[in-house]
Amino acid sequence: MIAELGHFALITAFAVAIVQMIVPMIGAWKGWSGWMAVASPAASAQVALVGVAFAALTYAFVTSDFSLRLVVLNSHTDKPMLYKVTGVWGNHEGSLLLWVLILALFGATAAWFGGQLPATLKARVLAVQASIGVAFYAFILFTSNPFIRMPVPPFNGEDLNPLLQDPGLAFHPPFLYLGYVGLSMSFSFAVAALIEGRVDAAWGRWVRPWTLAAWLFLTVGIALGSWWAYYELGWGGFWFWDPVENASFMPWLIAAALLHSAIVVEKREALKAWTILLAILAFGFSLVGTFIVRSGVLTSVHAFANDPERGVFILAILGFFTGGALLLYAVRAPVMQAKGVFGVVSRESALVANNLLLVVSAFVVFTGTVWPLVAELAFGRTLSVGPPFFNMAFTPFVIVLAAILPVGSILPWKRGRGRVLRVLWPVAVLALAVMGLVWAMQTGRSLGGPLGAGLGVWLAVGAVVDLATRTGRGRWSDRLGRVTRLPGADWGKALAHGGLGITVFGVAALIAWQQEGIAVLDIGDRLTVGKYEVVLNDVTQLRGPNYVATRADLTAWENGRLLGDLFPEKRVYPVAQMPTTEAGIDSSLTRDVYAVIGDAQTGGGWAIRVYIKPFANWIWGGAIIMALGGLLSLTDRRYRVAAGARKAPATGGVPAE
Amino acid sequence: MRGLVLAALIAATPALAVEPGEQLDDPVLEARARELSKGLRCLVCRNENIDESGADLAAELRILLRERLVAGDTDTEIIDYMVARYGEYVLLKPTMTGVNMILWIAPLTLFLLGGAVAGVAITRHRGTPAALNPEEEARLQALMDGDRLT
Repeated sequence: MIAELGHFALITAFAVAIVQMIVPMIGAWKGWSGWMAVASPAASAQVALVGVAFAALTYAFVTSDFSLRLVVLNSHTDKPMLYKVTGVWGNHEGSLLLWVLILALFGATAAWFGGQLPATLKARVLAVQASIGVAFYAFILFTSNPFIRMPVPPFNGEDLNPLLQDPGLAFHPPFLYLGYVGLSMSFSFAVAALIEGRVDAAWGRWVRPWTLAAWLFLTVGIALGSWWAYYELGWGGFWFWDPVENASFMPWLIAAALLHSAIVVEKREALKAWTILLAILAFGFSLVGTFIVRSGVLTSVHAFANDPERGVFILAILGFFTGGALLLYAVRAPVMQAKGVFGVVSRESALVANNLLLVVSAFVVFTGTVWPLVAELAFGRTLSVGPPFFNMAFTPFVIVLAAILPVGSILPWKRGRGRVLRVLWPVAVLALAVMGLVWAMQTGRSLGGPLGAGLGVWLAVGAVVDLATRTGRGRWSDRLGRVTRLPGADWGKALAHGGLGITVFGVAALIAWQQEGIAVLDIGDRLTVGKYEVVLNDVTQLRGPNYVATRADLTAWENGRLLGDLFPEKRVYPVAQMPTTEAGIDSSLTRDVYAVIGDAQTGGGWAIRVYIKPFANWIWGGAIIMALGGLLSLTDRRYRVAAGARKAPATGGVPAE
Repeated sequence: MRGLVLAALIAATPALAVEPGEQLDDPVLEARARELSKGLRCLVCRNENIDESGADLAAELRILLRERLVAGDTDTEIIDYMVARYGEYVLLKPTMTGVNMILWIAPLTLFLLGGAVAGVAITRHRGTPAALNPEEEARLQALMDGDRLT
């Protein structure tokens, strides 16, 4: 009964979205305010209805209602409650329901907080947003309905893919979706602006919070996924250039570019047409990502829906929205005339370079990801494009981007003079000194480690210097006081750039200085890796709620100092017939000791692997700092005053008009 | 093919990547083996190299690779041997031959093209702001006179 209620709510939401797509658009065209006003209540109704549908499906999972086909395929009574809930989106149908829920939620926030948007723009934005909704409701209802009943309900379910039964991966999809779908808002704003024929500084300011939110959610989602891969897949890799990872990385890169070009629109009224194009591309890449994951066309770990019909449907959605928007762009973009002028050496030019590097690197990822498909379909060559290609083709752009970032972020708008860059000289010297020191200290293996350390220092210290220059001149005590009162956007910028430096260093350090040891250990045997030692104390069998595990008890020492015990596990999920590994990790600021247990050997003993992963946590720590920077920037009061609050600022001072 | 992947998944016990027993005694040869196996794809896995994979086929390939190394093959000979046996699909780093050149040249080409376009755009943006048109002059005057802009 409750499932039927959810099903009915979803169909009603589809109908509401159709109305929201058509009526406000006509209203904005004819100038009928009554028709335009339909958009906001419709957006609220949509979110309520999809919310009911999602709650109904969650209820079915929580109560293990095995009359629903989806629950049978993805759940089991023995599964822990947390994974019963996260199982709702751990499958194709449910994850799409989550997708439309977030889509409706974003549309509704634009309706609720968009009080200061011009009425026609708001109506058009909501209508475009609803049209995306219509496409996805149709997709769910006609090809991937989560509410289909079983003719004969079985006694128990087939369990969720064990790899997904993990806290890191359980919350990875919602964050990614918040990012993907958040970019639909930038897209709707871009298309609405093209229909409207007007892009100005105010538009730049309205579109930026959505992009910022989408980018920060994508950052968190990607970091969670990478962290999960690190501790779960059993050899401590953190990025595999897997098609599904690339699918989330491309929108992230484009969103980062859009974020920066929207600043130029907001502050300087330049790069308008380019920003619109980026907004279309960013959501286009989100849809490409959805297509890659959902169609299973490029086989990989996450492609749990290998259904061509669905793939074709998503391809049609992708073609319609991206193609349609690009067509509209071709017709209307010449209308967008840039007002701001700037010199060759200026913040604007630096941001153009930033955009160029980010977009080209996104296209490198794109060509590498689709090349196996193209080569097979067009040239009949079955081949692979793996990490060696991406590392070679992608890394140079990141290095150049990191090298110019502190310079660009400190250059003034319009016309820069070399003079302002004087403050960066000490940072450059410091970065080079660190690079040389690291080069001298390591045993002459790679260039990657020193380069990563140098760039990390350059970015992180550069961000601090950038923040310091914002405090103006005068005594240090005054400037220290001023730095706490700087706008959120300044802090956000410094944190995001500094966080990037930390991640760059972490990645370079882990790749360059990782150590490993592999051995067969009997109980009581010892394995030495560098200055670390591990002793196997015991191996036990134990039962979890829905798995059986072989668990090793290892004690780790660093230079004879006791670190503690590690408990790596090897689990088998009998219902899903799948093994997983759980690494035993001793984390610290400068390194992880990472242990994995393997098979029992025929001659006695166990295969044990121990890795020393230097600065591993810095990779995700930097990503979290980047996301935090995005969050701080989002809380900047200037957005709320300009784009959000319905009430006038209560503070006294200069009247607004 | 899908059946095969599924079968491999079910059959695979949770194994480690490189097994201790597989390793060569000569550290130089073993280091070369590790390096080479990072560039070879485990054919039944999804985007894993044979160094990291726990699948049985990956283990067979690792042993095969080491046998060739002990027999004295060079790196290129081993890679050619693997390609002859399993096809181009086994290489994680695509060859720089034929149409693959498009893939390898694309990044730099895109960058140079984009750079040229950006350069033109930047030089076009250079200059002084245009003078106000009469309409804007009037609006400015109205503002200066203290009138409200509606």
